[in-house]
Amino acid sequence: MPQTTPFHNCLKPYLETGIWKHWSGYLVAPRYQYSSTAEYYAIRNSVSLLDTSPLFKYKITGSKSLSFLQSVMVRDIAQCQPGEAQYTCWCDRDGFVLQDGVILRISENEFWITSAEPSLRYFRSIAKKLSISDVKIDDMTRDFGILAIQGPHAFNVLSQLTDDVGDLDYFDLVQTKIDDCPVTISRTGFTGDLGYEVWIRSDQAEQVWHCLVDAGKGYNIIPIGLEALKMARVEAGLLLLDVDFNSSRFAWVDEQRETPVELGWSWMLRNLTHDPREFIGRVAIEKQISEKSNRWRTVGLSVDWHDYERVHLETGIMAPKHDLYCESTKSIYRRSDKEWDYAGYASSFMFSPILKKPIAIAKLPNDLAKPGTEVDIEVSVIRKPHNVLATVQRMPFFDPIRKTQRPEGRIV
Amino acid sequence: MKSDTQYDAIVIGGGHNGLINAAYLAKAGLKTIVLEQRPLVGGAAITEELIPGYKFTTFSYALSLLRPDIVQDLDLAAHGLMVLPMTNTFQPGFNGEYMLLGPNKDANFHEISRFSTEDAESYRDLSHLINRVCHALMPLVDSIPPNSISQDPADLAEMVQLNEYIDGLPSDIREMIQKFINCSAAEILDEYLESDLLKAQIASSGIIGTKAGPRSKESGLIWLFHKLGEYDGEQGEWGFHKNGNGGFTQVLARAVESFGGTIRTDCGAEHVIYANGKSSGVLLKDGTELNAPVVVSALDPRRTFMELVNSNDLPDDLVKHIRDFKFQGSASKVNFALSALPNFPGLDGRTDIFTGFTNVGPSIDFLEEAFADCQAGRFSRKPFIDCCIQSTVDPDMAPPGKHVMSCFVMYTPYHLADSDWDSERENLGDAVQACLEEFFPGFNKLVEHREIVTPLDIERVVGLSEGNIFAGEMFTPQMFLNRPAPGWNQYRTPINGYYQCGSGTHPGGGVMGGPGKLAARKILNDLERITSL
Repeated sequence: MPQTTPFHNCLKPYLETGIWKHWSGYLVAPRYQYSSTAEYYAIRNSVSLLDTSPLFKYKITGSKSLSFLQSVMVRDIAQCQPGEAQYTCWCDRDGFVLQDGVILRISENEFWITSAEPSLRYFRSIAKKLSISDVKIDDMTRDFGILAIQGPHAFNVLSQLTDDVGDLDYFDLVQTKIDDCPVTISRTGFTGDLGYEVWIRSDQAEQVWHCLVDAGKGYNIIPIGLEALKMARVEAGLLLLDVDFNSSRFAWVDEQRETPVELGWSWMLRNLTHDPREFIGRVAIEKQISEKSNRWRTVGLSVDWHDYERVHLETGIMAPKHDLYCESTKSIYRRSDKEWDYAGYASSFMFSPILKKPIAIAKLPNDLAKPGTEVDIEVSVIRKPHNVLATVQRMPFFDPIRKTQRPEGRIV
Repeated sequence: MKSDTQYDAIVIGGGHNGLINAAYLAKAGLKTIVLEQRPLVGGAAITEELIPGYKFTTFSYALSLLRPDIVQDLDLAAHGLMVLPMTNTFQPGFNGEYMLLGPNKDANFHEISRFSTEDAESYRDLSHLINRVCHALMPLVDSIPPNSISQDPADLAEMVQLNEYIDGLPSDIREMIQKFINCSAAEILDEYLESDLLKAQIASSGIIGTKAGPRSKESGLIWLFHKLGEYDGEQGEWGFHKNGNGGFTQVLARAVESFGGTIRTDCGAEHVIYANGKSSGVLLKDGTELNAPVVVSALDPRRTFMELVNSNDLPDDLVKHIRDFKFQGSASKVNFALSALPNFPGLDGRTDIFTGFTNVGPSIDFLEEAFADCQAGRFSRKPFIDCCIQSTVDPDMAPPGKHVMSCFVMYTPYHLADSDWDSERENLGDAVQACLEEFFPGFNKLVEHREIVTPLDIERVVGLSEGNIFAGEMFTPQMFLNRPAPGWNQYRTPINGYYQCGSGTHPGGGVMGGPGKLAARKILNDLERITSL
């Protein structure tokens, strides 16, 4: 039997399509309305609510919690003050990524972390292995529901319910109350837009939900499904576990494993020379950086609209654009004299509703990974492979200033 | 001093086509200036905050026909392009009946089945056929049409090519194109459908902005024209631009400037300066002269050929065509600020029904009766109203909880038989409200403000002759090879260096941008030819 999230009863009436899918064993909606593009635009144009409660949630406490996380995480959590959050990843000894996640530093010695895969035993076993005694790792997965409230009007909605979000800068967090219910609000999200994530005690989830929906009515607030989220996250250049990379933990061979450098997360390693920590995987990662031995890089691809139109027009069909989001692999070829000169692959591919052209997240060898490099991406047109011109570009594809800017209240 | 007045190209008129044309020219490296007589660019695609917090799309109100290559060529996404999907079409009927069509074809099948199971199936066939027709016509929409009267071998060859292309199309598509050209929307629909409510909903596309009823032979082509667009590859679908169509033309203005083009507002053009059949600049209303070898008129054909230049200097046959060119605007806008969403009895409280077009015109007879008034020289006592409550999609169009409603109203003839628009303006507003009150009881109580825009107002404010929203009727004799006149459909004029790029040229109006784009293509080709000589 699938589990339900604390918001299930609130969400059910919105499910126009009647379709649920499973996420970590919980019922979640791929889309509530018939149009996932309409839901996507709630993120970019108005304001959206996404139930991310199925994420695993852990609390890390104790006098050694900081040094524990410093030993596990690729980024130095000491750089993150109480009241701040950090997006990070953790690796195995060989420098291959196990997972990514967001850590909230609630106080000096209390951290909350979300992860896509169960990690309780993993964290505990690492603590044991490293002989870090005063650290306690608790599973809070069922204690909280999480709502991501994302979109240009997210602040206008939340600020009606609490005065404490006005001071939140990008990746800040605050513990406050909505309608007398204690909540933790972080200015984080997976959409690349202005947005917040709200942790609510499961038994108060419905109460807070109704407050948010009431406050959002004037801003056309709607719940959105995973499809809309995934469209936004590709534009934001955010990688998805089991789509753009796999956890090293469940890989069979190294070909399936990737290092932070290979995932395009070199920015997480920027301060490594001034960072004396010995985190898991550090030696292998540094070796890879110094030897430049990364096998590929993860880059953005912008598909040439004219060429994409052409390959379809020439076969006599209309180029498909709507609902193009696709997580199955597309091959990428070097543009050379050789035909079908395989170079890499796209792990996510979609038509960006806001850029009005197809974009992709791709793995390419170092010599093709420079922005501006032209490659061919294979698309299927009437069941036959065709090559379409695409150009390597930096991610995010779409990066509005409101994502990080201090929001201004709407004058009514 | 000289550098202030010397340009490579001057575009007269800052509507969407003028801006698109200027952006292409500037992108190609020409020092380009756009002259706009009003304080803001956009022409008939503007958004105005008439009362604080309420944004009105004064004239044009939705997007679909915009050629998608323009978005790419001019990098419009980088300048803030945001077209929001209009997911539903709501068609209220008589006696509480309604039809609600949305983005899911299976749901639409069941919705139409409530009226006719055969229609539900036929609707799919018809949609697919129309999609194929539009796809077949796309190369013609996106290219400069041939010159049909020239005896130049190159032109003759292009005509042969055109005919070969048409002859090469599948026979069912050719047959359907013939039907769209020769038959009324109602006549074609009768072949496929039986539900009057569904027929009326579709046929309304055949009368938009045109002095034609659903049973007039001209309505077939108008219907087809309105299907030529797309929303992200979904053919015939429409969207709202963020902040209305004025938001869209602001995006275009930013694109023009990003390519180094200049926009000058509050700057009317008196006439084009030309001598010996060659243009050399523009005289502004304030007496200033701007010089440029290329001058482009984005105004309608009447202004392009009869006002900006002296028609005595033009060939007689062209002047005759332009004189006979039909404008006869017959559409108005009535825009409302609403305190809350209207209510449709039976669907009380449903807001999703308003997220697209709400089409008030419940039967073919209803539309035809509305047209009969027009032919008699008066506005329709029971008008056809195409409503859009944009604030249900874009919350920034109205204060939280409040709404703006754009109503496109047919028929309102430019020439009234027994009255004039300054006397009838408020009466038109009342007639529209009465009609809405009938379908959405309680509507009148929601109205906080209304703006009435008659064909006369469109002409006065925007400059579109007789208020025709397409810069001239889109009847077969005024389209494609003949827009605006045979032999003068390739954006040139008889004056060397003087070009036209308004909606009165191919492919036409409806915020397509095709004329601006194709005219730029022609100009740049001509310049290349000149410089390569």
